[in-house]
Amino acid sequence: MSARLDWPGTLKGLKRMAPLSLFVIAFGLAFGVAAIQRGLSGLETLLMSGMVFAGASQFAALELWGPQIPLIALIASTFAINARHLLMGAALYPWLRHLPVRQRYASLALMSDSNWAMAAADYRRGETNVGMLVGGGIALWLAWMLGTLLGVVFGSGISEPERFGLDVIMGCFLLAMLVGGKLDLGVLVPWAAAALAALAALAWLPENSHVIVGALAGGIAGLLIPPRSKPKEGSP
Amino acid sequence: MSLPLTPLGAILAILIMSLVTYLTRSGGVLVMSRVPIGPRVERFINAMAGSVLVAVITPMAVYGDWGARLALVATFVVMLASRKPLLAIAAGIATAAGWRLI
Repeated sequence: MSARLDWPGTLKGLKRMAPLSLFVIAFGLAFGVAAIQRGLSGLETLLMSGMVFAGASQFAALELWGPQIPLIALIASTFAINARHLLMGAALYPWLRHLPVRQRYASLALMSDSNWAMAAADYRRGETNVGMLVGGGIALWLAWMLGTLLGVVFGSGISEPERFGLDVIMGCFLLAMLVGGKLDLGVLVPWAAAALAALAALAWLPENSHVIVGALAGGIAGLLIPPRSKPKEGSP
Repeated sequence: MSLPLTPLGAILAILIMSLVTYLTRSGGVLVMSRVPIGPRVERFINAMAGSVLVAVITPMAVYGDWGARLALVATFVVMLASRKPLLAIAAGIATAAGWRLI
């Protein structure tokens, strides 16, 4: 088993991701509109999409955007939302470790959900070219930037976003991402814990702490409920 | 600790976000080259991933106006029925706009 990165493989990955990227343009548009509506400048919006390149955490950041940006809440929510990348990267480790260090860590900057899924499938098939990860990432990034730009242009032309329901994009996007995954007791119990903890934090704890408190409560609830589907091997 | 909403403050916040996000992208590979990620850590991260979204959405549902609440309900229902995020989001926006029209 080995791995390599070259231009033909990257170009092939880019082409394979192109159809899916069209949807990403629409999400980028939604983000651009929501960000402008939240008071970010066009440049800040594009900078965030270009540098962060992680939709759900960007939408969540908008929720924290105010006269003061709460730094700890921003770091915690960005980390918690993107922590799944840790598992995704770990899954590709046996593959990517064959790349030179620079290529390995540069490729990871482009790792997003869809190109990871396709690259992981390549890896399982025994493919040695990691072009899917990099090319797919480039396609997604370009689409995300184009969509954001369209959203910035479109969003700047609207004076009363509430009238058109544009203020709810953020919440609806996050909810759609949430419901789109697997729904069973293994996630619903942590989510209920997170909702209750967040509400309690909103009522009694300092402002913006509800994101951290909810994420931790959900994570701990996930640890406490017994894992299913896997037979127990020995003691915990 | 917070940053003022000046252009510099905003750009700093964005840079910090991008750094945190890159650490999550590279961290899995970085950690695995030393110690494997165990099943307990995996369960914690998986449960936390959705929980943080719940924590962000909950205040909108509780303290938002009826337009926002119904938008979330519409998104939820359409998403469950169709599994198409864009359609679900569009339904949410249309519902909020429609509610505020009447």
